[in-house]
Amino acid sequence: MNASNHGATVDGVVPGEPPHIHHMDTPTAYQSAKLGMWLFLATEILLFGGLFTAFALYHWMYFDEFHHAAKELDWRFGAVNTAVLLFSSFTAALGVDAAQRGDNQRCAKNLLITIVCGAIFMVIKGIEYSSKYHHGLFPGTEFWNSPEFTQQYKMYFGLYYCMTGLHAFHVLAGMSLLFWVYLHARKGRFSERYYVPVEVGALYWHLVDLIWIYLFPLLYLVG
Amino acid sequence: MGHSAHHAFEKMPTEDHSDDLGHASPYSTYLYIFITLLALTVATVGITRFDFGSWNIVVAMVIASIKAMLVALYFMHLKYENVTTWLYAAFPIVLLAIMMGGIFIDNPFRTHGREMVVETKAPVSAAAPAGHH
Repeated sequence: MNASNHGATVDGVVPGEPPHIHHMDTPTAYQSAKLGMWLFLATEILLFGGLFTAFALYHWMYFDEFHHAAKELDWRFGAVNTAVLLFSSFTAALGVDAAQRGDNQRCAKNLLITIVCGAIFMVIKGIEYSSKYHHGLFPGTEFWNSPEFTQQYKMYFGLYYCMTGLHAFHVLAGMSLLFWVYLHARKGRFSERYYVPVEVGALYWHLVDLIWIYLFPLLYLVG
Repeated sequence: MGHSAHHAFEKMPTEDHSDDLGHASPYSTYLYIFITLLALTVATVGITRFDFGSWNIVVAMVIASIKAMLVALYFMHLKYENVTTWLYAAFPIVLLAIMMGGIFIDNPFRTHGREMVVETKAPVSAAAPAGHH
């Protein structure tokens, strides 16, 4: 059983027990870790917030051009990706729930599903990007530099690639983070008394989902 | 797997440490929230059939914000967090509002060769007001 094994592993880690931290009791360490992640999430919100502000402004200034450019996007890809990420948030929350109840195997299973959903998201995004590339809607192509495209039209795509690209990068980062947590869950590392890595990993993943919740309507539906 | 929850209570002397850490919602909560999120996504797409003109973006953002609040409150457990965490979560929103508000107030006054649409009683001066570029 995971929680009742008191034998330390090679690196001194006792499965199910929080790592020993000097000058801090476990509940304080737990709250501090979560607060640290929330602080980081705050910086991420502002990071994307800057891009969202840029999009909001130029959407307002060049409404017709943006509306025209947005027609190049297929909302069905966006909708499927939204469903995939929402489901992955659901399984991430279930992973935390499993860890809270000391069920490492259920936690590992849910985290794995979450990571796979992230991979599915990346594949769909890759399909979208490559289709755009084949239509020449990419900076640097001859098609792109032709005079029929106004600056404003290209501005939409500049924002589209920056925002979805940065988001995709965050999806990859989240997948890596959760994979690390998954490996530890498989080894029975977590318990009712120690599950904070699962929780902060899931918090990061929820943020990735949150950002997409806003990206989808802005880029695919309203633009 | 169910008896692992009882182990925690068997070992504890007098304190119940399970209260020191986070709140565990029942499985059904997560399921209902997920279904609601899916329904709201369908609504987000469905609402595009109606044209509210320049209010389109407002409607879309309102629905997106409801979805965001559900994810934050229930999946991220914000509903059960302390005040400090709420402050950490709310602060960037306030900053964002200031940034967006400031930009949208400032932008109409950057005229650079386009006409500024402002009705004034006094005759409009031919010289453009001194400003930054």
